[in-house]
Amino acid sequence: MAKRIDVKDLDMYYGDFLAVKGVTMTIEPRAVTALIGPSGCGKSTFLRSLNRMHEVIPGAYVKGEVLVDDQNLYAPGVDPVGVRRRVGMVFQRPNPFPTMSIYDNVVAGVKLNSKRMKKSDMDDLVEASLKGANLWSEVKDRLAKPGSGLSGGQQQRLCIARTIAVKPDVVLMDEPCSALDPISTLAIEDLINDLKSEYTIVIVTHNMQQAARVSDMTGFFNLEATGQPGRLVEYDDTQKIFSNPGQKATEDYISGRFG
Amino acid sequence: MSTTSAKPRGVHDAPRYGDRIFAGAATGAGVIILLVLAGVAGFLLWQALPALTASPEDVRGGKGLFEYIYPLAFGTILTSVIALVIATPLSVGIALFITHYAPRRIALALGYVVDLLAAVPSIIYGLWGVYVVAPASVPVATWLSNWLGFLPFFGPSPSASGRTTLVVGVVLAIMILPVMTAVNREVFLQTPRLHEEASLALGATRWEMIRQAVLPFGRSAVISGAMLGLGRALGETMAVAIILSTAVGVHWDIIGTANSSTIAADIALQFPESSGLDVNTLIAAGLVLFFITLLVNMAARWVVSRRSEFSGAN
Ligand SMILES: Nc1ncnc2c1ncn2[C@@H]1O[C@H](COP(=O)(O)OP(=O)(O)OP(=O)(O)O)[C@@H](O)[C@H]1O
Ligand SMILES: [Mg+2]
Repeated sequence: MAKRIDVKDLDMYYGDFLAVKGVTMTIEPRAVTALIGPSGCGKSTFLRSLNRMHEVIPGAYVKGEVLVDDQNLYAPGVDPVGVRRRVGMVFQRPNPFPTMSIYDNVVAGVKLNSKRMKKSDMDDLVEASLKGANLWSEVKDRLAKPGSGLSGGQQQRLCIARTIAVKPDVVLMDEPCSALDPISTLAIEDLINDLKSEYTIVIVTHNMQQAARVSDMTGFFNLEATGQPGRLVEYDDTQKIFSNPGQKATEDYISGRFG
Repeated sequence: MSTTSAKPRGVHDAPRYGDRIFAGAATGAGVIILLVLAGVAGFLLWQALPALTASPEDVRGGKGLFEYIYPLAFGTILTSVIALVIATPLSVGIALFITHYAPRRIALALGYVVDLLAAVPSIIYGLWGVYVVAPASVPVATWLSNWLGFLPFFGPSPSASGRTTLVVGVVLAIMILPVMTAVNREVFLQTPRLHEEASLALGATRWEMIRQAVLPFGRSAVISGAMLGLGRALGETMAVAIILSTAVGVHWDIIGTANSSTIAADIALQFPESSGLDVNTLIAAGLVLFFITLLVNMAARWVVSRRSEFSGAN
């Protein structure tokens, strides 16, 4: 079930260092939202605050609210573990568990929920998730082989399969194609397109064409000056951002005169 | 001045002496280790030969070499296995606490204390075993005897002095704890952040993350660490010699008054008063210890390599 995310005046800190300041935005369900901006402006930091992975780093915390279907993820008493089960994440570098087979990688998250599952249901889930990640035909004959034996692009799709196997409401992707060749990149972009009918997707990318190709909405993050916290400068329909941005900084960035 | 030739840069006329010297030194060191190992084995074999060929009645104990050595080998392995059974989970637990649970300052202090344990001489552990652990073990042994007496390890009449195989196992466990903890701590620290985060992002609790990412990653190192510890436990002499009240023969009861001695302790205790064939017998026992240690190491290597496909090294 795709969910809407409302971010309200969110500040993200690493210890004393305010990395991103005052983000307010509404992320639409069943749509792809792209986050762009120069390096170090806080895209990853913001993305990680959407599933409470930010606070995994010692000393890191946030102020503000992130509402998923009107429930604040940062309300007291909310278990971050539960949040992460609802808001899945795909990382920049493919990170399948090297000690697990392809099969076990896919069900790694499901097993955590620790409800006993019949073997046949598990098999079905693995097949559905791998099909969902466009990987099934390539690996169906070697499910027992280690996941680390796959190519980079296959590993990334395996990670996507692992993420969607737990049926999250939201899928976050931090530069999911930056370590991949153009063909694998296209495969993943197609996949993102397929996934958006079921999930809310937020993707960070440095590739303008990619943002333009896959996303419905685009947010541009920027630093006002070095040493200043990052901010969400502009957030609008992708078409609008790329054809007629409202801010000079956005225009400079997407036309390559910057960053 | 400089006599640069017309050759392209990077093509060396002069041999790289540094490289050669280093390669030579490394090869030499490797060869020396092999020679020493072969030398030790050769010496043991040569010195043990009279005992191997002697008629059974002449060997100490009067029943032959095999009858003399195998209860000692049994005692050696039993005490070491007890030590390993205790120390492995403990060292994994301490290492996990230091690397993943404790606040930084406590982690540092605890790591330091554990390292310090390694510096305590084994004779001190022996004394501590006799005066502290042994008396303290008596009620535990009584309890074990009452409630788990159906197991062959816990006989009906526990030792009143507590100088038992069990206590030796416990003391050996403490002795091998530092090296095992150090190995585990290092490898747990090296768990790729990427895999820990993968697990957390799937909604793993800290303990689930440890089971999913940290322990599998550290598995082979934990085994190697255990083998290092086992090596030390197998060869430990003084602590065992001081603590254990021994009796001839094989004794499965680890809390009784009659305990099988170990090879190393037996050599240490008997050697000063031995001469002639008795010395050869003891050396034959040493040879057996040598082979047990070699076997343990080879087994460990095999276990570690068996699943290397899944080790995460690729
Ligand atoms: N673990 C950390 N500890 C302290 N500061 C950090 C940490 N991670 C990131 N930062 C800081 O937070 C700011 C935002 O970093 P972030 O990684 O979110 O940028 P980004 O937009 O994702 O950059 P990139 O495009 O290069 O990935 C930077 O100033 C960075 O130095
Ligand atoms: Mg980033």
